[in-house]
Amino acid sequence: MPAQKIEQPDSIIPRKPGVAPGEGAEKGLITLPGEANRESDDLDSSTYLTTTVDTMVNWARGNSLWPLPFGTACCAIEFMSMVSSHYDVARFGAEVVRFSPRQADLLIVAGTIVDKMGPVLKTIYDQMPEPKYVVAMGACATSGGFYRVYHVMQGIDEVIPVDIWVPGCPPTPDGLMYGILKLRDKIQRGEIKRG
Amino acid sequence: MSTLTKFSAIPYTGPAPTNREPYVPATAATADTRGEEIAAKISNPAAQQERGQDLPTFVVDRNAITDVLTALKNETFVLPLDLFGVDYPSREQRFDVVYQLYSLQNNERVRLKVRVGEDETIPTSTKIFKANDWFEREVFDMFGVKFDGHPNLRRILCHEMFQGHPLRKDYDPAQRWLLTERGVAKLNPKIDPRFENVDTDFERVTLNLGPSHPATHGTLRIVVTLDGETIIGADTEIGYLHRCFEKMAETHTYQQVIPFTDRLNYCSAIINNVGYCMTIEKMLGIEAPPRAQHIRLMLSEFMRLSDHIICIGTNLVDMGALTNFWYLFQPREEILGLVESCCGARLLPTYTRVGGMAVDAPADFLANSQRLVNMLPKFIDDVEKLIMKNRIFLDRVQGVCAISQEDAINFGFTGPCLRATGVPYDVRKASPYLGYETYDWDVPIADGGDTYARFLVRLEEMRQSLRILQQAIDRGLPPGPVIVDNPYVALPPKSKVYNEMESLIYHFKLIMHGIQPPVGEQYFQVEGGNGELGFYVVSDGTKNPYRVRCRPPCFPIFEAYPQMITGQTIPDAIAGLGSLNIIAGELDH
Repeated sequence: MPAQKIEQPDSIIPRKPGVAPGEGAEKGLITLPGEANRESDDLDSSTYLTTTVDTMVNWARGNSLWPLPFGTACCAIEFMSMVSSHYDVARFGAEVVRFSPRQADLLIVAGTIVDKMGPVLKTIYDQMPEPKYVVAMGACATSGGFYRVYHVMQGIDEVIPVDIWVPGCPPTPDGLMYGILKLRDKIQRGEIKRG
Repeated sequence: MSTLTKFSAIPYTGPAPTNREPYVPATAATADTRGEEIAAKISNPAAQQERGQDLPTFVVDRNAITDVLTALKNETFVLPLDLFGVDYPSREQRFDVVYQLYSLQNNERVRLKVRVGEDETIPTSTKIFKANDWFEREVFDMFGVKFDGHPNLRRILCHEMFQGHPLRKDYDPAQRWLLTERGVAKLNPKIDPRFENVDTDFERVTLNLGPSHPATHGTLRIVVTLDGETIIGADTEIGYLHRCFEKMAETHTYQQVIPFTDRLNYCSAIINNVGYCMTIEKMLGIEAPPRAQHIRLMLSEFMRLSDHIICIGTNLVDMGALTNFWYLFQPREEILGLVESCCGARLLPTYTRVGGMAVDAPADFLANSQRLVNMLPKFIDDVEKLIMKNRIFLDRVQGVCAISQEDAINFGFTGPCLRATGVPYDVRKASPYLGYETYDWDVPIADGGDTYARFLVRLEEMRQSLRILQQAIDRGLPPGPVIVDNPYVALPPKSKVYNEMESLIYHFKLIMHGIQPPVGEQYFQVEGGNGELGFYVVSDGTKNPYRVRCRPPCFPIFEAYPQMITGQTIPDAIAGLGSLNIIAGELDH
């Protein structure tokens, strides 16, 4: 479909294509992912955009993750650091910590999962509505860590699928934040298709 | 299940150290004399004194254990510290079941050992010490030793479909067992007799809290039966973070165990490091250099502050006061930053080594500490101002989840929870280590044993920690090295390893063969964030510990929780749970 000029440009928020959201937002300009790749010659001062529903939805999803911290051990303390004042994950839209799986879309498994906890973790995962994402935080959730022993699950991918693995024992709060940003990118690229 | 893996550590097959004398603890002589006096007092022929131990020790016939325990309890040994097993497969009666008691009045400990074979049972001591209920279940779970007359002898840490007893020496460390949803235990709490025949208009409901619940701070499971809003019966299940610390310790060398101790109480990791390393140092007969001791003391106190900050902060979140949490995490981040500046890790630093510290503290360590000590009082005062005159807060904590002094002692409470019932027991005062006796500070106590009292004790303890820290900063760091100059304990500096043959050999020997303490056993305790944190280490002279037992302060405290919440309401139970500061890593070891 060819680009069309809008008659009354003042009625719509002016926007400039190809500008990163953060910088543009301050000037009252917004953009969406995928836009920068488009032909934009004839879009100067234009007031509409074309994108796919998927891109739009993924953009929204990636920037408004509601985490459920399945915190069992040391990593949970670092998770607390990440959501609290100093690191403040609210900057990336993931600060609405939900303790009910029915209200969350990001499961952060923070800490060692032992065999006794396995059925619980599985139940929690099953209770989450689609779309749902899983971050395995730290060495224990990833692979059992240095607990290679009779009662420790050797990585949570024994029972649930995992999207992002964050290394560290425990990962620093910035490490976990990086993992969440990676997940955001992954969601926005549309690489995670489930449900 | 395909993911089962065999443990891949290569066992040490080299020669065991010979011509080494068995370990004689420094306190052996006094322990022997004191043991004779105790033996004369309890005058039970079934208790044979074992000499040359660090504590007065008796080997007790299994049928007489309840009599001996009762006699000792009458002899002021009222606080049950610990109860655990040790497996010696080559012996005919292969298990040692070890009881440790503490006398608050005389400030001394006593150890009892009961030898049992595989088919033999021990009479239960749950009627004498309430704490032993869970301890006996743990021994049953880990070793398969049965206790006659125990009210509820089932597994406590391992899951319900587990087979075998993992701490037996012949159990493969990596042998896992699958737990399916169908195997999960259904808990049905017993209704308290006080409420059994009370007729109310409400229906009785059984409610499950946890193990994934925002208020359970990790991995505790509580099942309550409610009559209206009142809890009339409660039961708890633990083991959701059983990471097998003790088995892992047996399969690693003495140095490799240090990171595992970090993860016991992850809110105050350095205190655990210090406790473990000092136990091994005692067995080796060495002492860390003064500079290392000073750093250990200062960081222990900072960690205690951080521990209490988490406890108070999260507890207040449970009660709806989110501000304190955000606010208190600021200084906590600063504390973690200080630790990071010392060794590069924030939360679980693994900073201590046997014989000292891994690296020296940075040059601005004291200046940074002073800055922290200057800024912290304001935070503590502000939080106190925010909550202590808040009517809602006071209504929710005063008289809630109280435990009497007598019960607290019988349950084996230590630390802030015991001091909140009015018992001024603090390991740093009772048996000082790291030079705590040279500092001017007080042990805060409170009356009532309720949630409010625990709050007050923790707040005041933070101030006392600051007092200690201020004095420590004023004294300054002593000069000198931070680790002992002993090639059998500490790695030689890299500059030497690259240039001297002997140092290279020592480096190689220590990495490959590890530290090898002499044959013997030792118990040592420090004051952790939650109470007495003890390590009982048995060495057989090889590079791996034969047995490491951690005395977790949370374990007996959480054991008393069902009793504390019965008769309360759910919100009160949540507020009470937060104030106990149960750390799952330590609870489940």
